Amino acid sequence: MNYIRVFYEVPPLPWILRYLWLIPALPIFAAGISALLPKAKRRLSATLAIGSMSGSLVLAIAALVHAIAEPARQVVNFPWMQFGAQWVSLGWLLDPLAAVMLVMVTFVGLLIFIYSLGYMAHDDNFTRFFCFLSLFAGAMLGVVIANSLLLLFMCWEVVGLTSYLLIGFWFHRPAAAAAAVKAFIVTRVGDLGLLLGMVWLYAQTGTLLFYNNGAGCLESSAVAAMGAHLTAAGMAVSTAIGLLIFCGAVGKSGQVPLHVWLPDAMEGPTPVSALIHAATMVAAGVYLMARVYPLLDHTTLAVIAWVGAITAFFAACIAVAQNDIKRILAYSTVSQLGYMMLGLGVGGVAVGIFHLITHAFFKSLLFLGAGSVIHGCTEEQDIRNMGGLRRFMPVTFVTYAAAMLALCGFPLFAGFWSKDAILEHAHAWSLSLGPYYLGAIGALLTAFYMTRQMYYVFFGPQRIAEAAPLESPRPPEQCVILHPHESPSVMTIPLTILAVFAVFLGFVGTPAWPWFQSFLSATPLAFSMHAFMEPGLIALMLYSSLLVFAGLLLGWWFYGRKPITRATDPDALGRRIPVIFGALAHRLYVDEFYKYTVLLLARFVSALSAFLDRWIFGGVVNLVSWIVTGLGWFDSGVDRFVVNGGFDLGCRELSVGGRLVASLQNGRVQTYLRVIAGALVVFAALLLWGHRG
Amino acid sequence: MNPLAACLLVSALLFAVGLAGALTRRSAILVLAGIELMLNAANLNFIAFWRFGTHPEALTGILFVIFAIAVAAAEAAVGLALILAIYRHARTSDVSEITEMKG
Repeated sequence: MNYIRVFYEVPPLPWILRYLWLIPALPIFAAGISALLPKAKRRLSATLAIGSMSGSLVLAIAALVHAIAEPARQVVNFPWMQFGAQWVSLGWLLDPLAAVMLVMVTFVGLLIFIYSLGYMAHDDNFTRFFCFLSLFAGAMLGVVIANSLLLLFMCWEVVGLTSYLLIGFWFHRPAAAAAAVKAFIVTRVGDLGLLLGMVWLYAQTGTLLFYNNGAGCLESSAVAAMGAHLTAAGMAVSTAIGLLIFCGAVGKSGQVPLHVWLPDAMEGPTPVSALIHAATMVAAGVYLMARVYPLLDHTTLAVIAWVGAITAFFAACIAVAQNDIKRILAYSTVSQLGYMMLGLGVGGVAVGIFHLITHAFFKSLLFLGAGSVIHGCTEEQDIRNMGGLRRFMPVTFVTYAAAMLALCGFPLFAGFWSKDAILEHAHAWSLSLGPYYLGAIGALLTAFYMTRQMYYVFFGPQRIAEAAPLESPRPPEQCVILHPHESPSVMTIPLTILAVFAVFLGFVGTPAWPWFQSFLSATPLAFSMHAFMEPGLIALMLYSSLLVFAGLLLGWWFYGRKPITRATDPDALGRRIPVIFGALAHRLYVDEFYKYTVLLLARFVSALSAFLDRWIFGGVVNLVSWIVTGLGWFDSGVDRFVVNGGFDLGCRELSVGGRLVASLQNGRVQTYLRVIAGALVVFAALLLWGHRG
Repeated sequence: MNPLAACLLVSALLFAVGLAGALTRRSAILVLAGIELMLNAANLNFIAFWRFGTHPEALTGILFVIFAIAVAAAEAAVGLALILAIYRHARTSDVSEITEMKG
């Protein structure tokens, strides 16, 4: 196959498509250079990271502009490697879905990079941090533009790797190291499913390219063939493959039951939590399902919707009883990812991705705000030890409040429109109303736990002074600030920019003007206020708004009515329902459940394997080695004592004889004379008497 | 005892003395002297066998002995020269110490 021919097969390929690969390549390049820089080159490393990200952002915006003008999907494929008679091709694609993701990742990423300048300013490993961040951004952008499940999987794994590296960035803290390993292993469980699905997909269709002029695995002929093919259990092959790929998304996007790694991942630096574990990487699972959406049939979508709804509800419950500011946000992220999956399952790509985009903005804002709070409170993360920060950190407070209202789905904020679209589609879902109710209750809980967090962190009297400082990742001499303070402007400016989006971004996808949805699904767009007049829509919006208000009110009732005065006060809700609250505070014992089931099984299997290895396989190996050693000894004995001994004996005899003969010629002339005289005597004797006898 | 037997007995004694001297003396010169004694014992035998033999009128025996004495003189000269050279080389004339010629 001719590389050049394939590359330029369609003559007037737009330049943005030809150079689309630069978007992930720039940050990866920056990461590569950063990795080689000495530790002290902090400024250069940050410049490289931010510069490459800015370049990617410019290109991504150009790609979005191109996709708006030309919404048809365009792909560039190239052969990568040959095995057997077949070529494995890779490629990239540009369609509205990829374009909006590109802009979101580069834009949020750039803001978080800038924020990190302030947040990580005192860290010794600043250079390493930016190297990992750039690598992450590059790999994530690679996931977005990949036109091949194989390329997507490779980038997916690099993303997982950087997630591991960044969670364990402060690896000298045992909790961080453990969290990194946990994240890596738990996502690996899901990735196994993804890998199996990928292999099966290749076996079925013979290609891993998504789109390839009718020959790709997501195009109608391949999907129809897979839908017609049944597995042993009577399930369509496409269903089985879709569910396996969904396993990967479950692991990466923290869906129940593989959500346990995401809250622990908060051990990483806060910008990492914002970028990777809130805005982009965890959303990659949702993006993956959106990408392979043509493959998914009703069964798979139903599974996705149920898993998403259960996750949304389950994680929101747990978030109610957490006390670590980042852990609350982490469970909130899990819950929101559940909403995205629910939206994807019941309403299609546009609904899920719309929530993904709005969530990326307000959740990264929440995390950055939490980072600002943590930074201002000298590494304090327990909300019970905060309080009253509204007065000290006005910018953080206002932006945090905007993001919190967006997350709760307060009317007209970004989250309102995207979450409402999900609930609307869940309500209209033909199979069951269960996911709708779970999502609605989740929305109420979201408003409740965010209000609780707001009251704990920003209202009431300041409680930081009485609290003992927690274990800090930085040396104590850098923690000289005793009173809470606002963060530097390098941190607050990204907060402000994100806050603007958190408030207004929802207006690109309202029911009256569904630009976003029509852009993604390539349907004609029309502005009409009559969309609100559709039967039931306004009522649904009212219901969900009422739920949000109820959540806010409940939050105020429990936490806002009487100010929380002391850090040691028991939780207001915990006093009412101590049993349930305790169980929620222990995260419903999911970790313990895994500890006593999966881990116990794993320990048992590993002990069994160790036993087998040491005594059975090792025994055989040792036996063989003993036999071989014994044979070797025997052989060496034969060699040494029989063969060598014989030679040695012969040589010794020869040498003794030689020495004996040599002693005859001792150089003493009189010895010779004596011999001659002796011989003469013998001679004479023979002459005299010899002839007689 | 006839005169031949007496002569042969003397020469045998002379030979024995010469052999004993050649075998027992350490000094190379005395060894050489012992050898001369043995040589002269042989000469004595020549003379005895000639004088008491069947043709005493032919001067074969005496002629042989004169030649032998002349050769022995030359041999003694060469022998002494060798001993002198060895002495210069090894600073000794003790034959038991001159063992460099061994194999």
